[in-house]
Amino acid sequence: MVALRKRGAAPTDVRRVRRDHLLFLAFIAPNFLLLGVFSYWPLLYQAYLSLTRWDMISPTKTFVGLNNYRFMFSEPGFHRVLLNTGYFTGAVLVGSLLLGLALAMLLDQRLHGRNIVRGIVFAPFVLSGAAVALVWAYIFDPVYGLMRVVLGWFGVGSPDWLVSTTWAMPAVIIVYLWKNAGYSAIIYLAGLQNIPTELYDAAKVDGATGWQRFRHITLPQLSPTTFFIAVTTIIFSIQAFDIIAVMTEGGPVNATTTLIWYLYQQGFRAFRAGLAAAAGMVLFILMLVITLIQVFIVQRRVHYS
Amino acid sequence: MEITQHKTVAKAEQRSNWRRYGPAILKYALLLLVGWVFFVPLFWMASASLKDLREIYTFPPQWIPANPRWVNYVDAWNAAPFGRFYLNTLVTTAIGVGAELLFGTLTAYAFVFLPFPRKNLLFLVLLAALMIPIQVTMLPNYLTVAELGWLNSYPGIIVPGASVAFGTFLFRQHFLTLPREILEAARLEGAGHLQLLRLIVLPLSRPIFVTVGLIALVNKWNDFLWPLIVTNRIDMRVLPVGLAYLFDQEGNSQWGIIMAATIFVVLPILIVFAWAQRHIIAGLTAGATKG
Repeated sequence: MVALRKRGAAPTDVRRVRRDHLLFLAFIAPNFLLLGVFSYWPLLYQAYLSLTRWDMISPTKTFVGLNNYRFMFSEPGFHRVLLNTGYFTGAVLVGSLLLGLALAMLLDQRLHGRNIVRGIVFAPFVLSGAAVALVWAYIFDPVYGLMRVVLGWFGVGSPDWLVSTTWAMPAVIIVYLWKNAGYSAIIYLAGLQNIPTELYDAAKVDGATGWQRFRHITLPQLSPTTFFIAVTTIIFSIQAFDIIAVMTEGGPVNATTTLIWYLYQQGFRAFRAGLAAAAGMVLFILMLVITLIQVFIVQRRVHYS
Repeated sequence: MEITQHKTVAKAEQRSNWRRYGPAILKYALLLLVGWVFFVPLFWMASASLKDLREIYTFPPQWIPANPRWVNYVDAWNAAPFGRFYLNTLVTTAIGVGAELLFGTLTAYAFVFLPFPRKNLLFLVLLAALMIPIQVTMLPNYLTVAELGWLNSYPGIIVPGASVAFGTFLFRQHFLTLPREILEAARLEGAGHLQLLRLIVLPLSRPIFVTVGLIALVNKWNDFLWPLIVTNRIDMRVLPVGLAYLFDQEGNSQWGIIMAATIFVVLPILIVFAWAQRHIIAGLTAGATKG
């Protein structure tokens, strides 16, 4: 464009460029309009709502400043919510990484039938969370459920999973991992296949053992993959809703109430728009922090390597 | 003497046999175990969907029902308006996927092939929207939809989720790899941008088109939270929400019927998955390695 202007562009060129600009706007318009109305605007509106008290019915909203945040962070119930969110996200994160890597290493071996098992492991990822939750609610039935059979093989009795404040969260985590481990596994699998085989050949010549090769080649070479899986797992698990909604509804006694369920409950069951909005902002800030960490680390890696 | 020698030789042979086949046996055992753990819940669902109440309430449970009770499927179909749920899910999924493909392609084409000042900054605005999923803004979005009079309607379910950030990203990555000479040549022949898109870019992008479409299909079909919030009439529920409704109605005693209903929800996606697993995986790993 600059070049055109310097040469004293012919009017037809200027017109063409202007037409292309307009076309650009026309092409991105639907997408950006939707983003504006249903992503960016609600964020601003939510920031405002979080500073008010409102029952979602009355015509006026009372401005209360930061009171919603103050109330939330001083209430033991909300501490429990944050703790639950950390428990769920942490367990899912560790589980996804370990399980994903182990599955990927196994499914990377040259074994007959590995493609079938790959398919089976990945299949739960595409299924409805609500449906998966129901299947597992039945499996966790303490008297007639499959889990009781499996635990029985090891001589262990079944807890009353979904009724127990101790076992409800592990149950939800198990279901989430069963559904999503296949995702980590296929991403790890792709990562494994990107490691140059020469590295392993050279290590073998140097007499490295299997463990040493894993420790000094596989793990470091996979670190970008691990990082990617960690970030996506955190972001997805913070939003995990359907499994909890169907299996436990946040209970028993708040034992599985995570931030997202708290937000839903405050907004759509208790009609406390201010508190729900404040929880939504906390959720957003979490997403923002994770994304910024990701951008920062990826950029540093690009700069220094 | 000779006998003991024989024995040690046999033992050594055994040991070397183990060394040779042991790891493979172990790996196959693990493979079987993994396959079993991930398969068994699905099998359990299918098996329970054919059991009568007596068989469901037996311990230890039967793996395969003695007399498959197919009528569970009829009962499930009649226990809630599943025909209507299917219609709602089909409509919202089809339009949602279509919108995703259309908006995603147009946006990515613009960012790759059309000039605009500071368009990279605009692209960042698009990507940043990934940080604001509808879960985070469900409350204000609900209020917007209510204001528009869209509660209990298809636009209410479809439109707020119709913007495309990740799909656009994948399309853009692909468009950047297309040979520019062909496009330039077509431009010189006098082809307009819409023609280029239709006649050159799209035919060269079939795989990524299929991939983005399939991922969108899976997401929209399974979507739970948003349709739950913006509908409260039973005839506007989508399949996953309708399934949860059935569970609320029947309670956790009628497992046979509930599992049959669960099959209604997952079977279409499982069929799509069996047919197109490769494409779905391609899309997810593309996001990982290029992200």
